[in-house]
Amino acid sequence: MALDLVPLWTILLGLAVFYYVVFDGFDLGVGMLYGLVRGDAARATVMNSIAPVWDGNETWLIFGGIGLLAAFPLAFAIIIPAVYFPILMMLLALVFRGVAFEFRFKHPALRTFWDAAFCGGSLVATFAQGVVLGAFIQGFNVDGRHFVGTSFDWFAPFPLAIGLALMFGYGLLGACWLVLKTEGELQDWARRAAAICLVAVLAAIAAVSIWTPLAHPEIARRWFSWPNIAFLSPVPVVTALIALGEWEALRRRHELTPFLGAIALFLMSFIGIAISLWPMIVPYRYTLWEAASAESTQAFLLIGTLFLLPVILMYTAWSYWVFRGKASSTAGYH
Amino acid sequence: MTLDPVLLSRLQWSWVIAWHILLPAFTVGLASYIAVLEGLYLVTGEEVWFRISGFWTRIFAVSFGMGVVSGIIMPFQFGTNWSRFTDAAADVISPLLSYEGLMAFFLESSFLGVLLFGRRLVPAWAHFFAAAMVAFGTLLSAFWILATNSWMQTPQGYKIVDGRFEPVDWTAIIFSPSFPYRFLHNVTAFYITTAFVVLGVGAWLLRRGRATEDARMMMRMALDLLILIVPLQIFLGDQHGLNTLEYQPAKIAAIEGRYDTAQPAPLTLFGIPDDAAATMHGAIEIPYLGSLVLTHSWNGAIKGLKEWPADQRPPVGPPFFAFRVMVGIGVIMLLVVIVGQVLQLRGRLWDSVWFLRLCQLTAPLGFVAVIAGWITTEVGRQPWTVYGVLRTADSVSPSLTGANVAWSLAFYIVVYLIMFPTGIAFMAGLVRRGPQQPDLEAPVSPIESGRPHEPFESAARAAPQL
Repeated sequence: MALDLVPLWTILLGLAVFYYVVFDGFDLGVGMLYGLVRGDAARATVMNSIAPVWDGNETWLIFGGIGLLAAFPLAFAIIIPAVYFPILMMLLALVFRGVAFEFRFKHPALRTFWDAAFCGGSLVATFAQGVVLGAFIQGFNVDGRHFVGTSFDWFAPFPLAIGLALMFGYGLLGACWLVLKTEGELQDWARRAAAICLVAVLAAIAAVSIWTPLAHPEIARRWFSWPNIAFLSPVPVVTALIALGEWEALRRRHELTPFLGAIALFLMSFIGIAISLWPMIVPYRYTLWEAASAESTQAFLLIGTLFLLPVILMYTAWSYWVFRGKASSTAGYH
Repeated sequence: MTLDPVLLSRLQWSWVIAWHILLPAFTVGLASYIAVLEGLYLVTGEEVWFRISGFWTRIFAVSFGMGVVSGIIMPFQFGTNWSRFTDAAADVISPLLSYEGLMAFFLESSFLGVLLFGRRLVPAWAHFFAAAMVAFGTLLSAFWILATNSWMQTPQGYKIVDGRFEPVDWTAIIFSPSFPYRFLHNVTAFYITTAFVVLGVGAWLLRRGRATEDARMMMRMALDLLILIVPLQIFLGDQHGLNTLEYQPAKIAAIEGRYDTAQPAPLTLFGIPDDAAATMHGAIEIPYLGSLVLTHSWNGAIKGLKEWPADQRPPVGPPFFAFRVMVGIGVIMLLVVIVGQVLQLRGRLWDSVWFLRLCQLTAPLGFVAVIAGWITTEVGRQPWTVYGVLRTADSVSPSLTGANVAWSLAFYIVVYLIMFPTGIAFMAGLVRRGPQQPDLEAPVSPIESGRPHEPFESAARAAPQL
């Protein structure tokens, strides 16, 4: 038989999703925090801190969606209809947010409306993504190759709680981004916001770590049976250390470290979820291999992906490099 | 009344894609036009090309931005509403859709920024190159999307394993029988659509006495292109029709409004189709013409829909009427272009106010024709998603209720009715400002990232404020 491409596609898709969560996560977080910032100059600075990069970040949602469709179509066909309304809300919120971002400069008279649309769009999109993640961990009602639950199965305590938790998670990323990109009073404000979000995020991580093993015996067995517990105990320990470091970095007024720490916390949560669910792509039902598309499909798409992806990544890195340094309310972007 | 999730999902798909298709219909042609203008400026160094190109680039930026935003919705529709189709066909169509996303993003990120912001920052040849690559990128997007659609119309290169399509031959999949005709017919339609917009805008500027030189150049270029490609399009449409007759004869029967097989077949000009009774009420027919058009002979046979079981017939109404709208617009366009050329030859183009008015009126016709053509081919494909193999009714997500889809459709309608009119009003504002003298003293806009981070805003900034 030919080469098994499933592990490679798993890694590619995992990276795309993680990239999206971190990068669109911080600009969605900034979008939500924008609603809390007072003063025109401060608001303009907040906006300018994400202006050059937000739409590039959002493109990775398409990569993630289309990557799932191409590499694991069965998962796409089961999961997406199961979260019909969260996906609808996320898409409309993102569209509205994107349009608001442009139009708020156009119509000063409607500035308040488009500002609210930008902030509200960020909030709804974040909450909806959290609900999708929560529904994913909760599992789906599957018969054969189809989702057969109702379009409101996601309306349950766990997915809704994850939706709320992700708002604080993206809020943490956004606040840390602002710490990195702003100065003075605004930076102090962002630091306080980051600290509040950090506490909420840690509470959420702890709650999820208790809730999921209780709800899913197979996850409990994965983590707490011998010898797994010995191999896996570093995961919570490292997470706790990162949390401590994050708190210290904020207290000592570091600028870059909090953002990196927030990314590390997301990475640990990502790894935690992966350990809990591996090797399932439709949790508790289909493995990555069972849901994979034909070998020929994966191979055909891999050729172009391996050629174009590095170029896109280098290009993205360059555009972040160009816009390095502090954002300001006037100069630069707008 | 019960709500049918299949019908509502089809309406939702139609709603989101009908709005979306208007943007490529405009941007594919406009990107090529801008590339030509930049090329002319590079070769001649005359400022008029530079001004016209700048004018249209600002409008291009807005429509492109709206195309990207409304395009994000599309791939998710496959999952939310058409999960059984996705499960069955993803192995074949997903790489085609993915390549569209990857390549479009690649070319967009690399070259669109230079095109939009780089006028004063890069040499003219680099700016021309960027414009050409953006134009190439829009054509590549059309290539992959139409390859996907064509495979659904005339599937080949696959085998069925456990009820799912598995790829066997990628070349056969990408170049399915209807693809070359569909691609050429579509791209030509997009070019014509753009050219009529350029013609109409030029006429409007001329009547206002604004930017006269630029406006005349726009009209002349549009008319000279159109006299070539409108007749070409009529030929391509005919060829596409013959191809459809070969591979999707039921679609042709629906387009012709033909329930009974006939030899020789007349051409039905008009009538009221009645699917339940399988008859055409009050049909106005021209003898022999149907055979002549479709088989290119006096006595060719045209199959009627009664040759197919009732559950394999497409509805006749939408393809029948949409086709007549499309062809009617084609005829009007041809007349406008011929009249315009005659006036130009007689040197009376610029002071024939009635003709300038006519150009303004016909400017949006291309969009109507594109939508009509799309309704013809997509409704004519029914009742299948993958022609002859997978039914539309068996493609929809099994978990959806009619009420679910009714709600989501209502949301899409509300949001699109806010977003699109706002964007269109903004483009109209850019047209009203007209072409501008290049202001070499103006501060250089920041383009270092080379990406159109906010195309709407940059478009506005590039245009001096009124």
